[in-house]
Amino acid sequence: MSNLLFDEPGPRARRRIRIATVVGAVAVLALLALAVRQFAANGQLDAARWQPYATWPMWRYLLDGLWSTVLAAVVSAALAMAAGLALALGRLSRRRWVRLPAAAYVEVVRTVPALLLVYVVLFALPRYGLDLPLFWKLVVPLAISNAAAFAEIFRAGILSVERGQSEAGLAVGLTHGQTMRMIVLPQAARRVLPSIVSQSVGLLKDTSLGFVVSYAELLYSGKVLATYNGLLIQTYIIVALVYLVVNASLSKLARTLEARQPRAHRPRRRLARA
Amino acid sequence: MSAILDHLPEFWEGLIVTLQLTAASFLGAAVVGLVITAMRVSPVGVLRGIGTAYVETFQNLPLLVLLVLAVFGLPEIGIKADLLVTAIVVIALYEAAYIAEALRSGVNAVSAGQGEAARALGLTFGQSLRHVILPQALRTVIQPLGNIFIALTMNTSLAAAIGVVDLTAAANRVNLMEAQPIPIFVGAGLAYALIAACAGFVTGRLERRLVMVR
Repeated sequence: MSNLLFDEPGPRARRRIRIATVVGAVAVLALLALAVRQFAANGQLDAARWQPYATWPMWRYLLDGLWSTVLAAVVSAALAMAAGLALALGRLSRRRWVRLPAAAYVEVVRTVPALLLVYVVLFALPRYGLDLPLFWKLVVPLAISNAAAFAEIFRAGILSVERGQSEAGLAVGLTHGQTMRMIVLPQAARRVLPSIVSQSVGLLKDTSLGFVVSYAELLYSGKVLATYNGLLIQTYIIVALVYLVVNASLSKLARTLEARQPRAHRPRRRLARA
Repeated sequence: MSAILDHLPEFWEGLIVTLQLTAASFLGAAVVGLVITAMRVSPVGVLRGIGTAYVETFQNLPLLVLLVLAVFGLPEIGIKADLLVTAIVVIALYEAAYIAEALRSGVNAVSAGQGEAARALGLTFGQSLRHVILPQALRTVIQPLGNIFIALTMNTSLAAAIGVVDLTAAANRVNLMEAQPIPIFVGAGLAYALIAACAGFVTGRLERRLVMVR
């Protein structure tokens, strides 16, 4: 891939590359310098404004928030995956009355913002007597919206298993259900693992909607902390860094898992959901 | 139903803001994404590094965190801008990472012979990218770009969480006044579905006209 657009550079190309390297590096450094200048000019670089984040109580509070984030993400991922598997099997069913509703769910939910679902759970359901605890007010909308995404991942995984596998299963006298359960699904599960992990990154990012629900996950904890100590930009930068570390590790895991799969077994590569 | 009809102006204004957010940030994201893609496939190591770091950073941060950081954090260091403009810029920068990733997978899908042929004709890196590689890459990623557009439309609703009165915020406000959540939220959901359906229709048409059969 790296030689798709250029050959081994000659002397002139090497000079141009050197110039571009210097220009690029200078541009980045200038940007950083500008940022530091803005911080300094507004007194945001004072040690006193960063000191609190060198103390354990602040971090314990944020890590508590991170724990709530992880908890919400894991529970909604579990629910969304279970629902997603059911939807995927439904979409691949031979019966039309199963196939159509499953397809409709996936297509409709894909086009409804998660925040709108959160508002429905926050403001609409209580009116009809369904006032969920705070945790579920975040988890339920996330599970609903991510179920559709997981359904598509599972469907792609099931379809990526060669037809010969299920034909062989049927030929030795297994029923359709048995073939799916014992032959196709175990192979599909292994193949969709990388996509599942990268979708979970998306889900973990979605839990920041706890900010709206006022469920004390990482971002909301940051908001509470920032209101309390007035260190707005410092707190939100720290919160962003925590998200970055956690999600980047998960993304790395997804890439490692994908690299370990034989090329022929990879379902059509899914781009991470925006 | 009357809850919607009585508040049609509010919904209309919210819809306009959502459309503005969507169109402006998609345009911005496309431009930035294109630049990042060019950097990531360039022969210059530093530029490749910057591009990769950009994509990694923005794909691994929640959009809401970026929005909150920009809206509440940046004024602290003396950067103040209109709320809507801030939201547009942040969403554009965030989605640019996804567009860059889609475009790069498109560039990778162009067969190596095309790049070799372009170089054999004496085209420079920029020329071969502009005249040979990108036109073919774009055609292979119409569908993914359409999906990013739909996801972007959904993501613009997060602007409601930081105070932009878009369609989602308008629905929420009307509901607080009228307390008829079902028609109001279903109406807003339908409006989003309509935007997504239009995007799907357009990408479908584009794909049929532009896609190359290999």
